[in-house]
Amino acid sequence: MITKRIIPCLDVRNGRVVKGVNFEGLSDVSSPVALAQYYSDCGADELVFYDITASAEGRKLFSDILTETAGKVFIPLTVGGGINTLDDFDRVLKCGADKVSVNSGAIRNPQLIEDAAKRYGSQCVVLSADVKRVDGVFRVFAKGGRENTCMEAIEWIRSGVERGAGEIVLNSIDTDGVKQGFDLEMLQKVCEVVQVPIIASGGAGCIADFITLFQTLPQVDAGLAASIFHFGEVAISDLKREMARRGIPTRL
Amino acid sequence: MVAIIDYGVGNLFSLRCSLEKIGAQVVVTGDAAEIERADRVILPGVGAFRDARTKLRNTGLDTLVCKLAQQGKPILGICLGMQMLFEKSYEFGEYDGLGLLKGSVKPLEGVIPADYKIPQIGWNALQIERNSDLFRYIKNGDYVYFVHSYYATDCADSLIASCDYGAPITAAVQKDNVYGCQFHPEKSGNVGLKILRAFCFEEEKA
Repeated sequence: MITKRIIPCLDVRNGRVVKGVNFEGLSDVSSPVALAQYYSDCGADELVFYDITASAEGRKLFSDILTETAGKVFIPLTVGGGINTLDDFDRVLKCGADKVSVNSGAIRNPQLIEDAAKRYGSQCVVLSADVKRVDGVFRVFAKGGRENTCMEAIEWIRSGVERGAGEIVLNSIDTDGVKQGFDLEMLQKVCEVVQVPIIASGGAGCIADFITLFQTLPQVDAGLAASIFHFGEVAISDLKREMARRGIPTRL
Repeated sequence: MVAIIDYGVGNLFSLRCSLEKIGAQVVVTGDAAEIERADRVILPGVGAFRDARTKLRNTGLDTLVCKLAQQGKPILGICLGMQMLFEKSYEFGEYDGLGLLKGSVKPLEGVIPADYKIPQIGWNALQIERNSDLFRYIKNGDYVYFVHSYYATDCADSLIASCDYGAPITAAVQKDNVYGCQFHPEKSGNVGLKILRAFCFEEEKA
């Protein structure tokens, strides 16, 4: 039986993890390599590195830490942030990424999804969408959730899959940071229109939120979160033990 | 020395790192002489069958792999590399594989229940069907990472492990010195490293 995946997301700026607290046995919490290794040891099923660097120097540092991580951590690694061209795909794949997540870059140029899927295969192309309700309609937001594109979100995601995206990360801006649970309504809508794996993001505050997610929407494949893992509010090992205890297929 | 065959398909960085991690001497190469000198050979692969098969043929490495396999050199195909070990693939047409293993490669579509997603992406448990030295450091039910839309079938004589994806799906095969994994051992955490160790080294005698 295929298992539900738990995916911590690490925001990286200038080669360092942006937020985090000290875990026992982890001295440098802002080292992406050390944190990735730590999460992998705790049972994370996959990792997302999100590059929020703006400068060329920062980009270079990101490539370096990516290479170092891929050389030490042997679970799937997705990279996102600043992916606008096939050259960007090439750059991060060469450093050891397995999948590449596109967001604003695909909004500006939807053809990017198609071109990347053709060159690297759909399994490599993740479409990440930041979605927010505006007057009762799900809208896609670009530039890290700052800019309303006015595109209808469910249709955007459906067309992205048609173009070749092999996986969807659905990040609800409405529930993000609120810690009251995933956006089940929004996720349900996306589940109805696409057949590729769906990763839920935004809103997890505690273990129960993941249990509710997988029990309510068995079509959702994975749960992604950042701060609750980094701040130690939820330990991945505890979360996965509880999922297994509740009968959710889990890799222990 | 373990040679990872580089024929222009996919990213071999993680695979090389995972082998270095277990202490194997690794060379990533498309050079026939270098591959021939290696004690063990890994045939990787991602993407479409036809493209990979064409590239392997154009480099002439397909006949080399067959020759080495017949000489008894341990060969491990990973993912699409495993699929190419079989006689035929029905991915977007009908194509000849290397024919080192009996069986063919067919779409998951139609074989698994309609509500199962394609590709299968994620961690699934190995159901060990037959003892193999590839599994000497792992146990039945251990999890490995899959990404695939096609699978090997009619391969009863080489099947050593399957996984349950709504139907039993070929996960690993072995016939004498020819091995194959549908999953990615280099992305399967410690379990994957143990499988690679079993392939790369002789069994330690007590």
